[in-house]
Amino acid sequence: MLNNLGLEHYLVLSAILFAIGLYGTLAKRNAIIILMCIELMLNAVNITLVAFSRYVTPELLTGQIFAIFVIIVAAAEIAMGVAIILAIYRGIESIDATKINLMKW
Amino acid sequence: MGLAIGFWISASVIIAAALGVVLLRNIFRAALSLILCFLMVAGIYITLSADFLAAVQILVYVGAISVLIILAIMMTREVQRGNLSNKLQLPAFIVALLFLGVLVLTVTNTPWPITDTAPVVPTTTTIASRLFGEGGFILPVEIAAALLLSAILGAIVLAREK
Repeated sequence: MLNNLGLEHYLVLSAILFAIGLYGTLAKRNAIIILMCIELMLNAVNITLVAFSRYVTPELLTGQIFAIFVIIVAAAEIAMGVAIILAIYRGIESIDATKINLMKW
Repeated sequence: MGLAIGFWISASVIIAAALGVVLLRNIFRAALSLILCFLMVAGIYITLSADFLAAVQILVYVGAISVLIILAIMMTREVQRGNLSNKLQLPAFIVALLFLGVLVLTVTNTPWPITDTAPVVPTTTTIASRLFGEGGFILPVEIAAALLLSAILGAIVLAREK
């Protein structure tokens, strides 16, 4: 059990990581912490993709290529997210996600 | 045996560091904990014999994304207020716990079609031929380039002083 690594070990690890990221995204006030938790969830998805690529189709590597694209999108997302957070901070002097209600009806 | 030791060390540090991101009071320490988590995910990639992805993970996540996050923490003055939670703390915990339970149940009860083929080592040649070769992913690569360019331009436009 401890010595034989299987696909399930990696999937359970990524499920735990995704659940932690989901909790942080839903329950935190600071917009930067929310961005960090989104990165945690993207990493969990990447672990799943690479684990499937290793155990189900080891010679095709399609999962690793998908993981590369996820990393590209994550880099674009974090750049845009930080720019939006800084723009909001310049406007209302706070990045508390519960106080950002400019677009609320 | 060595793979198993590496996996268990990486996995326990990943979960502890991810909990640190959510639970630590100091936002800056939460960001450092996130960087540790990224590093250990690279270790997980190495146990999955994905050497190129481990290098990309360290370059992009540990090198670039963490710098952006720390820059954002430095530019805003929310650090003194700490890592607060909103009113949804208990519902969010229940939702995350239910989601985790459903995922673990499905993952452990599904018969996955696992093959015993040895993994490709090193992976760079195969990844390159899959990305750029015949019948590969060349169109998504071009779209990714356009996406990155538009993200950079959009970030500059948004963050520029008026």
